[in-house]
Amino acid sequence: MRLVAENLSGERGGESVFEGIDFDLGEGDGLIVTGQNGSGKSTLLRIVAGLLPAASGVIRLDGGDEKWPDVAAACHYLGHGNAMKTALTVEENLAFWRVFSGEPHLDVDEALDMVGLPQVGHLPYGYLSTGQKRRVSIAKLLVSYRPLWLLDEPTAGLDKASEAQFSALMRAHLDDGGIIVAATHIPLGLDGVAELRLGGAER
Amino acid sequence: MLALFLRDVRLGVRAGGGALVGVLFFLTVVAVVPFGVGPDLNLLARIGPAMLWVGALLASLLGLDRLFQADREDGSLDLLILASDRHMLALTVLVKCLAHWVASVLPLVVASPLLGLFMNIEPLGIAATSLTLLVGTPAIAFIGAVGAAVAVSLPRGGLLVSVLILPLAIPVLIFGVSAAYGAVNDPNPFLAPFLILAALTLFFAVIGPAAATLALRSMSD
Repeated sequence: MRLVAENLSGERGGESVFEGIDFDLGEGDGLIVTGQNGSGKSTLLRIVAGLLPAASGVIRLDGGDEKWPDVAAACHYLGHGNAMKTALTVEENLAFWRVFSGEPHLDVDEALDMVGLPQVGHLPYGYLSTGQKRRVSIAKLLVSYRPLWLLDEPTAGLDKASEAQFSALMRAHLDDGGIIVAATHIPLGLDGVAELRLGGAER
Repeated sequence: MLALFLRDVRLGVRAGGGALVGVLFFLTVVAVVPFGVGPDLNLLARIGPAMLWVGALLASLLGLDRLFQADREDGSLDLLILASDRHMLALTVLVKCLAHWVASVLPLVVASPLLGLFMNIEPLGIAATSLTLLVGTPAIAFIGAVGAAVAVSLPRGGLLVSVLILPLAIPVLIFGVSAAYGAVNDPNPFLAPFLILAALTLFFAVIGPAAATLALRSMSD
């Protein structure tokens, strides 16, 4: 399976934010998208996911066959929002996404163990701290399987230990033949992955 | 899909969901009417079904603007749209409407017989009004989904949603009330307007989610 972008351009509010992006990621490849605020990192990820139309160029998933026909079907998109309901418990939230997304992978308990939050399952999601909330939404990546992870500032609000834990999870996903595209301005501690720098000093 | 339905019903019923607020608003509106029109029991009985319908219509508009907005704010809406390969988006919208109806509007239907007593409606009329509410109110939720989808990115879209969808909900109101009157006033027919009401609900069950899907897709940035 390959994620290919050809001459991709994106615009926001009629103004071009980046132009001529090319990349070609195979199984086990990661891409870190860096750049200052407003350089179009989130826009790029949303275009890759298919949530925004590209101004020009194409993004496609090759060799996904029938199981993963396009990027939207094959990806986990972790945006700025955590996509969790504060009134429901952590377990209810994760169990919902596990069933709704299909392709169940880890159990809810196992996934919470993996992000180091084994005791919070029964708590309402709204009771958690910012970092814990983020870790629960990282656990969401684990409860159902997707080969492609699109991560927008995944480590926002995480402490050092959780960051290390999360890089181990990403490394495991890559070793497993997954693909990761992550937008960030904090080093993610992933070695041997390509970096794409958006936006120069102009603006 | 069942998971989505259960999640939304749970959210509607739990604290902050606003299911109880709708019933309280309905109760308030209907309880105020006798003070306004005076203690004329015959008059109250005559306008009763119409008042119940207007009250239920307004109460079911409460919280409708949050149908997609809450999901948009926490990022769930993106994931629902991304999942459209697995779960057709129109179907997702339909399920969300049904969950909204069960959590917020069904309690209104259940409360309507009691409020019918307040209005001195005779038992047959109360039964007919509740039945027409049961059949007609889903149409309001389906129409509302369109308004909610159009206003999803507006921070104070609540009033706008109501203004957008009330004109479309008027046929539902007309046939709902005329069926309720037909059951008690002899020359007027009950079945014909009732069947049209049912047809309206089925019609909007198809049109509403499809239109809301279009609106959501074009608003997704």
